Amino acid sequence: MNGIKDALVITKRQLLQLARVPEVLIFNTIQPVMFVLLFRYVFGGLGAGIKGGYVQLLMPGIFVQTVTFTLAATAQGLAQDMEKGLIDRFRSLPIARSALVVGRTLGDALLNIVVLVVMGVAGYIVGWRPTSGPLHIFYGFLMLLFFGYALSWAGVFAGLMSKDARVVANVSFLFTFPLTFLSNAFASTTSMPKALQYFAEWNPVSTMVAAARQLFGFHNTFGVTAHSFPSEHPIVASFIYMVLIMAVFIPLSVNRYKNANRR
Amino acid sequence: MKSVIAENLVKTYRKGAVRALDDLSLDVEEGTVLGVLGPNGAGKTTTVRVLSTLLEPDSGHATVGGIDVIKNPKAVRQIIGLSGQYAAVDETLSGWDNLVMFGQLYHLSASQAKARATELLAQFTLTEAAHRPIKTFSGGMRRRLDLAASLIIRPKVLFLDEPTTGLDPRGRMEMWGVIEGLVREGVTLLLTTQYLEEADQLADDIVVIDQGKVIARGTSDQLKDQVGGERIEIVVAQENLVKAQEVIERVTHGRATVDPGIRRISVPVLDGTQSLIAVIREFDSSGIHALDLALKRPSLDDVFLSLTGHVAEAEIPVDEGKKKGARK
Repeated sequence: MNGIKDALVITKRQLLQLARVPEVLIFNTIQPVMFVLLFRYVFGGLGAGIKGGYVQLLMPGIFVQTVTFTLAATAQGLAQDMEKGLIDRFRSLPIARSALVVGRTLGDALLNIVVLVVMGVAGYIVGWRPTSGPLHIFYGFLMLLFFGYALSWAGVFAGLMSKDARVVANVSFLFTFPLTFLSNAFASTTSMPKALQYFAEWNPVSTMVAAARQLFGFHNTFGVTAHSFPSEHPIVASFIYMVLIMAVFIPLSVNRYKNANRR
Repeated sequence: MKSVIAENLVKTYRKGAVRALDDLSLDVEEGTVLGVLGPNGAGKTTTVRVLSTLLEPDSGHATVGGIDVIKNPKAVRQIIGLSGQYAAVDETLSGWDNLVMFGQLYHLSASQAKARATELLAQFTLTEAAHRPIKTFSGGMRRRLDLAASLIIRPKVLFLDEPTTGLDPRGRMEMWGVIEGLVREGVTLLLTTQYLEEADQLADDIVVIDQGKVIARGTSDQLKDQVGGERIEIVVAQENLVKAQEVIERVTHGRATVDPGIRRISVPVLDGTQSLIAVIREFDSSGIHALDLALKRPSLDDVFLSLTGHVAEAEIPVDEGKKKGARK
């Protein structure tokens, strides 16, 4: 019980930070909204033939991209704590070993709720109209949130491995940015070179995008892997990916935290 | 009773190539202050990290407050306070926010945590700055807040790792005052420092460590006695130099050394003040005028030099940002 309480104190710390430096929250929401507007109006013409226009295909993609970037945010936050020696302070306290990292991932998930709501509203304004009904839309957002949370644990590991917050932020970005573009998030994979299609369609980002589209009531098109498991059952496949990511990175991170050493 | 015991601690890095702790043993009597003195890289921080449960040694054994740090680290964390070289507090938050947060992490209730924060801010003269973000604090204020954060649960044993490194002289004096106050309240303290005067000022006992080993232990006076007793140092005018040396050697029965450049004569003596008075009387009757005159005890710098064969590298205070980059 105390473990959860400790983690919540850490989450509260993160909310306090946002209250003290509101610019962080503002930038965190402006950036995805800017993406929505840019893509909607720059690539809007691609939607010829898509029912409801490109924005229907775009919004799930951009939601997934945004929650994927949680990896970098979590990594940077923890790397900063490492750099400032705060990790040592936390590790010398009589709290659960998991409290700091669990608290951090929860905090980042809370931030994602705000960001997803703002993006959803922005999407609606530029014409996004999910057709699946309130319950499925809710499930869609919930799943996006979980996806971000799972990736957050990869960020925990990256953050605890790092020695410099700026480096880890850049590296995580370099890793997540191509991952979100080598996917079906912004364009159909069928137009990619065939070899790339395999990667793009098995990419967890694509699977998650496909799952979100399905939950929002929009049909996906797949290329070479059209009859593969992820393409036919994107929701189940996405959950499998999330479980895998957490099964790998949670133990790694907790172990890394126990042995965290600035020297 | 010993509050802290470390026995034969060994910690190596890079597969044994670097021996950070090399069979290090020390102990701290309850209610006393042990100064762990050594140059950069001597193993001071590693020692503190092991004793405060942050780092497991390769071998050896340690207890804090009678509790095994390796077998039962969580119980150790209930009774210790740790304040490190870096002010480990959340810089975007205020001092108040930090102390309340750490209070809650020590499982105080919200109201207890707030009461304790108010109390500590007052004790460390930070009440006025309580609601400013730490980013705006001076180095000394940060260190005081960091120390306050380590005192939330009134720890039985306090570890301070170079509490004044990087502070300006004023910040250091303030910090010394704060630490002396804590010591008067009876906390058991293990303090590392590379400032010899700091160990002299604050510690009951001193262990000198170098390359992961304890190379000397004792009170400040005992360590100084290891190097030798007192010396009389007298500066005279150039024309009196020879005559003065002759008088000094006759009175003290010692061999004087003369530094002609600064016209200083120096001689070891056994009964310091007695010899000094005798020398002054003899100077007076011989008509020699002493320009400067002193009875000197060896400094801890002398101790350090004679023990290690090298001077303690007093680290030049560099800005925090620079130090952060300097990792081993």
